[in-house]
Amino acid sequence: MKFDAPATNNPIDQLKVVGKPLDRVDGPLKVTGTAAYAHDRYDSIPNQAYGYVLGSAIAKGKIKPMNVSAAKAAAGVLGVVTAENAGKLGKGDYNTAKLLGGPEVDHYHQAIAIVVAETFEQARAAAQLIQVEYTKADGSYDLHAAMATAIRPEKIFGGEADSSAGDFDKGFAAAPIKFDATYETPDQAHAMMEPHATIAAWHGDTLTLWTSNQMIDWSTGDIAKTLGIPKEKVRLSSPFIGGGFGGKLWIRADALMAALGARATGRPVKVALARPFMFNNTVHRPATVQRIRIGATQQGKITAIGHESWSGDLPGGGPEVAVMQTRLLYAGENRMTAMRLAVLDLPEANAMRAPGEAPGMMALEIAMDEMAEKLGLDPVEFRIMNDTQVDPENPSRPFSMRTFAECFKTGAEKFGWNNRNAKPATRRDGRWLLGMGVAAAFRNNLLMKSAARVRLDSRGTVTVETDMTDIGTGSYTIIAQTAAEMMGVTLDKVAVRLGDSTLPVSAGSGGQWGGACSTAGVYAACVKLREEVARALGLNHPDATFVDGELRVGNRRIPLAQAAAKKELVGEDQIEYSDVDKKYQQSTFGSHFVEVGVDAATGEVRIRRMLAVCSAGRILNPKTARSQVIGAMTMGVGAALMEELAVDKRAGFFVNHDLASYEVPVHADIPHQEVIFLDEVDPLATPMKAKGVGELGICGVAAAVANAIYNATGVRVRNYPITLDKYIKGLPEVA
Amino acid sequence: MKPFTYQRVRSPAEAVAAFGRNKNAKFIAGGTNLLDLMKLQIEAPSHLIDVNGLALDKIEMTPDGGLRIGALVRNTDLAAHPRVRRDYAVLARALLAGASGQLRNRATTAGNLLQRTRCPYFYDTNQPCNKRQPGSGCAAIGGFSRQLAVIGSSQACIATHPSDMAVALRVLDAVVETVKTGGVTRQINIRDFYRLPGDTPHIETNLADGELITAVVLPRPVEGKHGYRKVRDRASYAFALVSVASIISRDGSGKVALGGVAHMPWRNETAEAQLPKGAKAVAENLLSDAKPTEHNAFKITLAERALASAISEAKG
Repeated sequence: MKFDAPATNNPIDQLKVVGKPLDRVDGPLKVTGTAAYAHDRYDSIPNQAYGYVLGSAIAKGKIKPMNVSAAKAAAGVLGVVTAENAGKLGKGDYNTAKLLGGPEVDHYHQAIAIVVAETFEQARAAAQLIQVEYTKADGSYDLHAAMATAIRPEKIFGGEADSSAGDFDKGFAAAPIKFDATYETPDQAHAMMEPHATIAAWHGDTLTLWTSNQMIDWSTGDIAKTLGIPKEKVRLSSPFIGGGFGGKLWIRADALMAALGARATGRPVKVALARPFMFNNTVHRPATVQRIRIGATQQGKITAIGHESWSGDLPGGGPEVAVMQTRLLYAGENRMTAMRLAVLDLPEANAMRAPGEAPGMMALEIAMDEMAEKLGLDPVEFRIMNDTQVDPENPSRPFSMRTFAECFKTGAEKFGWNNRNAKPATRRDGRWLLGMGVAAAFRNNLLMKSAARVRLDSRGTVTVETDMTDIGTGSYTIIAQTAAEMMGVTLDKVAVRLGDSTLPVSAGSGGQWGGACSTAGVYAACVKLREEVARALGLNHPDATFVDGELRVGNRRIPLAQAAAKKELVGEDQIEYSDVDKKYQQSTFGSHFVEVGVDAATGEVRIRRMLAVCSAGRILNPKTARSQVIGAMTMGVGAALMEELAVDKRAGFFVNHDLASYEVPVHADIPHQEVIFLDEVDPLATPMKAKGVGELGICGVAAAVANAIYNATGVRVRNYPITLDKYIKGLPEVA
Repeated sequence: MKPFTYQRVRSPAEAVAAFGRNKNAKFIAGGTNLLDLMKLQIEAPSHLIDVNGLALDKIEMTPDGGLRIGALVRNTDLAAHPRVRRDYAVLARALLAGASGQLRNRATTAGNLLQRTRCPYFYDTNQPCNKRQPGSGCAAIGGFSRQLAVIGSSQACIATHPSDMAVALRVLDAVVETVKTGGVTRQINIRDFYRLPGDTPHIETNLADGELITAVVLPRPVEGKHGYRKVRDRASYAFALVSVASIISRDGSGKVALGGVAHMPWRNETAEAQLPKGAKAVAENLLSDAKPTEHNAFKITLAERALASAISEAKG
């Protein structure tokens, strides 16, 4: 199905199942521990052996030949694979660093060997017996030092490295009120609960991977390319994912090393990356340095806006696209954005939790707060004043819909924003300094092709099959809702199979495109199945409706199951898009409101209230959507207050590589969270009239927290995370 | 993890004797720290002596009105004990400020005292660490040191002791009871229990090899308001940047010890005498020899402010 015109009235608009706050269909499996995650798939294949991956002890250099004889001779060991005996390996399209290092080492904890043994403990013990001698080379580990040699990157996800409109330099110079500040965001880790894990088995020249992966088709292609085998010879299965956050958009060392270990030993091999390995072996969100300049009239109309960002990655990598939102978020005729990329020999930088906008908004939305203060304007008012209904770099291109101002008006009223005192450090509750902060939320809505197959059997059961993944987001549920709505059946009549490369290729889970695009694919397949049903029943009529498990035309009612009484019916299709996202800018919008208490003596921050107002088209399931948004808000709190990979700039690695030292929020850090979804549909998005919402929830939260801390303390911190050491000296004397 | 042998023992004497017969043995109780360290190859004992069956899990009154806490009393049980809550609130609060509910259910009194540092370089076997591998050097010096010691550190080690409970025990003037080979028992004041790193940071306490902690004895309760102020980057489940254990009387005098600043709970009686003059006077004296790094210099300011807050709360 080609989506090339605004969606008109369609069966989804009935909203009998779609749009309802239904429980997750996979909830019982999750809460009873019976959802089988990759490492739990003991039933997938018998005789599983265990692999333990050894990582490089240096960040850059060379390995002299390794001595693996002691490891090979250790109890229970079935085999050891290193670059020396792995055979020729290619590299996938989606990873920058090789997944198996040696003799060259590209980053700390890069995999350099796998030991396969009968038990996990034997494999781990034997891995310690591998003797590795290194020749260290000098590396570049300090973003600030590397900035001077940063270049304009060619390879960018989602556009060009630079953009401009009008004449920024002139416009900024001429602006009566100018603001210019530089912000920093740190390296961050996905730190998902489930580490990367894979069971690999070869059957002849065919490889099966039971793994944990967000993008089945990308990853099937990449493992094939890395191993030099045809894509058709790889099957990948990932029905449940225990958190991905972008870290599982691709295959990582667990998958490749398990495949190599299995090939070498002739046994199925199970590999999970050990927790301390997760931080330096896999990918992370890179640190940024961002300079933001805003010029405005005395009244607060933006006339010039500039955003530059520097980040680093291994050679061949890409930048953090932190300026993207600044191209679209606020009006102003003179504009510039630029991204520069330095070479860093730290572990590979890549996508994490709303790449681009998450760190970009962390900087931009503090800058907007600072500029509002400089102008003497309320920060809500300042943002509404500079709203735009068109792409400000290309004013002939409108937004498909944009209710940005509405998000702020609704949020301000609901949150009691008028109780905020614009003068910082003026409100107090006992030992707590109180402050309120606000920020915009913004994330683009990306359209990705997505296919599905829908079957109807003689019992009237509808089965949806697509390689879409559920990364804890609720894909199973909203896909089931979509099929139920389209086929006129109740939710219990729908079965959903996901996450398998033998199924039609979906949009996958990433960039908040999964929900809206995969359900649109299911919609398309259901349209086909409806035609099949009508044909089978000889009721091909434009007024046919699918209601209560029946096909109805006029007075005729025929049970759906009857259509498939003799033969299962199948509808398969994919959603594709014409140039709808070229003609119209598709984005999602929101506002974040936060109230904090800051301990006047110690500077500890306790968030008191949070509110997000989201504009993201139709909300397919307000319950799962809310769960996503409050989870994202929690990640925003982490980014604001604690998340930072500490770089050892001498040895070139992230020092705090476990969950005790890489802190993410705990329950006690998160107060009551409120989420409001504006009641709207976007017919230009997909037939579902829905857009992505998961990552919208994270974009801007950290800045709202930062702005609230400033409002509480009067101390402005421009480098994240905003830990108490950065402002304690500015706190009032302790009585 | 290296292969190891394992045995259960039924009495302290048996435990100590078993230690004497095995090279490179370790006692294990809750295992909340030791097992993690073994998995990471930081601790590699060849023999584990499980002391959980020693029946040292009682809390009893002492003849002079104090409490004897068995070495195996779990942190959860200790924090919930009515006498501890009533008379030694600083201890209950310190315990509850540490770890998580699940860990406290397992962790024991003796094990808490003996937990190893959380210095990230200690945890990475690719990095030099004099505590883990004597003589290899200290990667933390000149490295990421935000969490690490500001005082009492050495050229060999800038690690901190992570226990909250130990800081409370320090202001309570607790006494550690032990048994050694041959059944010799002794009492060690908590003041003399821990060591500064010096050039032997791998030796963290004054326990002899194979000496087993059997109990911790608290003297009779002292007057004053008890508090434990733990400052950290998140609200729970994190080690202290700085913590303050305090018992402060109405007249402003009292006892204070700091956690998160040194290789041991940090207290000094001269500084403490300044309490009636306020936090600044105490902190200046208590931390006068501080040698912070650029990453953790804030701890000096934070300690003084946390102390001021503790004093003001006690008075309030």
